[in-house]
Amino acid sequence: MELTRHEREMLDGDHGAAKQRAMDLLVRYGEALGAERLVETNNVCSTFIPSGPMVREYTGGSFDSAFSEFNLDSSDTVEMPRVAAYTCQLIQGLDAEHPEMRQVSGDAAALQKEGERFFGKRGVNLLSTCTPYQVGNVPVMGEHCAWMESSAVIYCNAVLGARTNTEGRESTGAASMTRRIPYWGYHLPENRGATHRVDLEIEVADMMDWGLLGYHVGEMVEEDVPALAGPARDASLIKLKHFGAAAASSGGVEMYHIPGVTPEAPTLEAAFHGRAPRETLRYGAAERRRAYENLNATAKSAEVDFIMLGCPHNSIEQVWLIANLLDGKKLSPSTELWVFTPRALREVADRSGYTDVIRAAGGHVLSDTCPAISRIMPKGTRVVATDSAKQAHYLPAITGVQTWFGSIEHCVQAAIDGRWSGGL
Amino acid sequence: VSEAPIILRGRKVVGGTTEGEALVTTDTISGWGGIEPRTGTVTETRHQLRGVSFKDKVLVFPGAKGSSGWSQYFHLTRLAGTAPKAMLYNRTTAKVALGAVVTRAPAVTDFDIDPLTVIRTGDWVRVDGDRGIVEVFRRKPD
Repeated sequence: MELTRHEREMLDGDHGAAKQRAMDLLVRYGEALGAERLVETNNVCSTFIPSGPMVREYTGGSFDSAFSEFNLDSSDTVEMPRVAAYTCQLIQGLDAEHPEMRQVSGDAAALQKEGERFFGKRGVNLLSTCTPYQVGNVPVMGEHCAWMESSAVIYCNAVLGARTNTEGRESTGAASMTRRIPYWGYHLPENRGATHRVDLEIEVADMMDWGLLGYHVGEMVEEDVPALAGPARDASLIKLKHFGAAAASSGGVEMYHIPGVTPEAPTLEAAFHGRAPRETLRYGAAERRRAYENLNATAKSAEVDFIMLGCPHNSIEQVWLIANLLDGKKLSPSTELWVFTPRALREVADRSGYTDVIRAAGGHVLSDTCPAISRIMPKGTRVVATDSAKQAHYLPAITGVQTWFGSIEHCVQAAIDGRWSGGL
Repeated sequence: VSEAPIILRGRKVVGGTTEGEALVTTDTISGWGGIEPRTGTVTETRHQLRGVSFKDKVLVFPGAKGSSGWSQYFHLTRLAGTAPKAMLYNRTTAKVALGAVVTRAPAVTDFDIDPLTVIRTGDWVRVDGDRGIVEVFRRKPD
């Protein structure tokens, strides 16, 4: 790989041990990709706090050793200096403020608090959400980023027109030290064009529709770039957040186009960069049903114990909708309801009175994590309901629970009744 | 008498040499949310290898999908001693390339012949990561 003089100096150790380890990893990684060079970035989204399950068993005893192992792929421990790039912490291993989670992992909660102080002091912004674009990190069109979090990456590329691959913990750690990331994949304009055309034969309108469409499209195109053709209505932040998260779970979609909606697709032809689609797929009632059945493949019992809303983390608009649905109602004594939103939006939910309404009904508002990341759910949970295709995809594989997928209305109704009555 | 191996030529991802039994899937693999690093077992609900461990196997697969925790989870398999012996894959993405680098097991991609059409689960496979050469035996050579 071709390196600039400054990059060569970092690799030679002229700028300290952490930058040396970071450049060493970036060179190994760049060569594994087949990249020819690195590109400058000043926007890094990563994860540093070692409070997640399993990671906390392999921290090596200090935050420096955890940082060296997991953020630089360095087996020997180096001291972490201040970050060199604008760097944000994504979702974390638990919500240390929430009593039920603290009870499950008291030591992890303390570790998280200490970790926040350690990494905060070194310049890591504790946004602590999988949706940094909801709380102030909104890159501009064409900006080179180094982001983790597959649902944020697809939003960053497709909706914002900024450029990132789905980076990992080690590469983003190295980017925070060096302001560099391999110039490869979605950083190159020629790789951002659509490959697959998806003809929508039915209207895609509400949140559940967008989730089902995303789940189907991800399974069909895997790592390729779909462009939607047809009646995809009322696209908005929350619907595209939901769609992208689903497509990046059933597949590995990192970029898509919706003509007239996403910035690199003024027209369908422009989405394809003037090339012919490699493949044309259809999405009709049968495909929608198949996506629904796949998402509900593990669900057998209608006796729902736990309702999870907010994957990716809810917007304030979604929290308001949940509060409206719960206003004056009571949850079934046999269910628990956890509503997740970024901590910055939690403040807004508190001030707006939404948290009180959800709490009065018997639900909880949480931040910083989710059940799939933390592996923490209310004790004894066997059957989950969620409005998130992503959470419905991952929770059964991670925790072994049965999971229902449905609309937000189905989920809130299940929380009130203690029974699942959703459907297509 | 040992049979002559089938030889595949590809590009180095991670150097080093090793040999072992192949574990082949035509499904892409999720790291975070798709494997259990404590045992090296695939956990994804509708995956061909659900419940099967890749520990000490030469893992042959199309590529990576899903979460950006891919590299971290394969990184954990190295620390837990459950990593594959080698990784052979077709489709390069940031996830799989970084995951292979931090797993630090020999890895090869960009083959002249699609390994998924040649290698079967249980074959004996020799991997030379530095030269990008893979030798496939139907039985472990004497």
